[in-house]
Amino acid sequence: MIEVIDTYGLRLVSGLWTTIELVLIATVLGFAFAVPLALARVSRNPLFAWPAYAYVFVFRGTPLLIQLFIIYYGSGQITAIQDSWWWPHVREYWGWICGIVGLTLNTAAYTAEIVRGGILGVPHGEVEAARACGMTTPVLYRRIMLPRAFRIAWPAYGNEIVFLIKGSVLVSTITVLDLMGQARSVFSRNLDLNTYVIAGIFYFVMIYLFDRGWRAIEARINRHLGERPDTRRKVLPRPA
Amino acid sequence: MWDLLQYGDQGYGDELLRGALYTLILAASSVVVGVVIGLGIASAKLAQSPVVRRLAFGFTAIFRGVPELLIMLVVYFGVGIAINKLVGLIGYESRVEIDKFAAATFALGLVFGAFSSEVFRGAFLAVPKGQIEAGLACGMSRRQIFFRIRMPQMWRFALPGLGNLWLILLKDTSLAAIITYDELVREARIAAENSGEAFLLYGAAGVIYLVFTAVSMVATGRMERWADKGVRRA
Repeated sequence: MIEVIDTYGLRLVSGLWTTIELVLIATVLGFAFAVPLALARVSRNPLFAWPAYAYVFVFRGTPLLIQLFIIYYGSGQITAIQDSWWWPHVREYWGWICGIVGLTLNTAAYTAEIVRGGILGVPHGEVEAARACGMTTPVLYRRIMLPRAFRIAWPAYGNEIVFLIKGSVLVSTITVLDLMGQARSVFSRNLDLNTYVIAGIFYFVMIYLFDRGWRAIEARINRHLGERPDTRRKVLPRPA
Repeated sequence: MWDLLQYGDQGYGDELLRGALYTLILAASSVVVGVVIGLGIASAKLAQSPVVRRLAFGFTAIFRGVPELLIMLVVYFGVGIAINKLVGLIGYESRVEIDKFAAATFALGLVFGAFSSEVFRGAFLAVPKGQIEAGLACGMSRRQIFFRIRMPQMWRFALPGLGNLWLILLKDTSLAAIITYDELVREARIAAENSGEAFLLYGAAGVIYLVFTAVSMVATGRMERWADKGVRRA
């Protein structure tokens, strides 16, 4: 195993960096897209609710691999792209760009459902109190609904980001040299299974660290909810 | 353009449908393997011995924390390399190839097993304690309690989670395309590469997956209603 790290370690690390890039960008863009989508899903206006449902249904109901293939190979069909003036500049990154687009659209669908769950979980009493105070709907959303919804959805969203990290390996099939792409490329040279094992360890550690950090943030943003009685340390009373 | 989807020699319709069938076969066999593994790991998580419990939780951590594609590649190449080494020891020189279907089934089964073990564990814990106590009071052995009380009751709690995992499994079968198993995505890819009509063919494959998803959701809804028979609505 050490030989693999010696010879190919740098490549794998550069792949790791690409993976982190992809996941970060897709998460941020996906979230930005998901919040309006969730609001549309919750909306009582069918003009918003229906297209939002259709989007979520399609992007959750089809495999990420198909979505990536449609974007990557489908874009090869569109001659307008090949003929455009910017094509020569982006050509070598096209896989990466398609990967970002695919991952973003996919995670936006799942995230929208999670945010929707959070919105539906906001205690109705708080909404009533806000309206009683005279808050208009935009203010209600900004001050009460979204902050509360996001805190409720936090653990589930962390779960979704983990799925995004695991899904990001599929971009290796559209020529992106992320950690998985580098691992496959290295494996095709040395046929040493340890390559994949090392990549697996990288992913495992990445996900483990992310999960720990996510839960630490959860504890902090929910600190106003007070300590849970089951986690309070049992302190013996001092002898009189 | 649309006649690319025809059945028969001119179109790819029959290849796509055959791929869809292979997808279903892969998913069905993986879920069988996965449920067996999941029940086993869940039992291990509820076992007395802390060593067994640790191992079970470790198994879950690994197979949930590593990308499924990686697991499939390791199983596919790993078993192949292991078999080749073993066979080489005996002296047989030629290369043995592992069956793609078996590798994909095993890999997907392992992942499904890891995720479903959590579902089963929660389901077992959700069976009302009073019933277990009643069984003990009636003098039932632990084995009898397990098969007569725990098992039948836990399905009610497990079905929603399992339904969700099934939908994920259906989509994960697409990973088998990467080890060139002839399921739907692979057929669509071959067709798209030969004809150049990527949107049409991958779109058709996507529609087939949506149909699978919709049918699965109806079927699991039915199963949940069957399992909830006699239970008063919350």
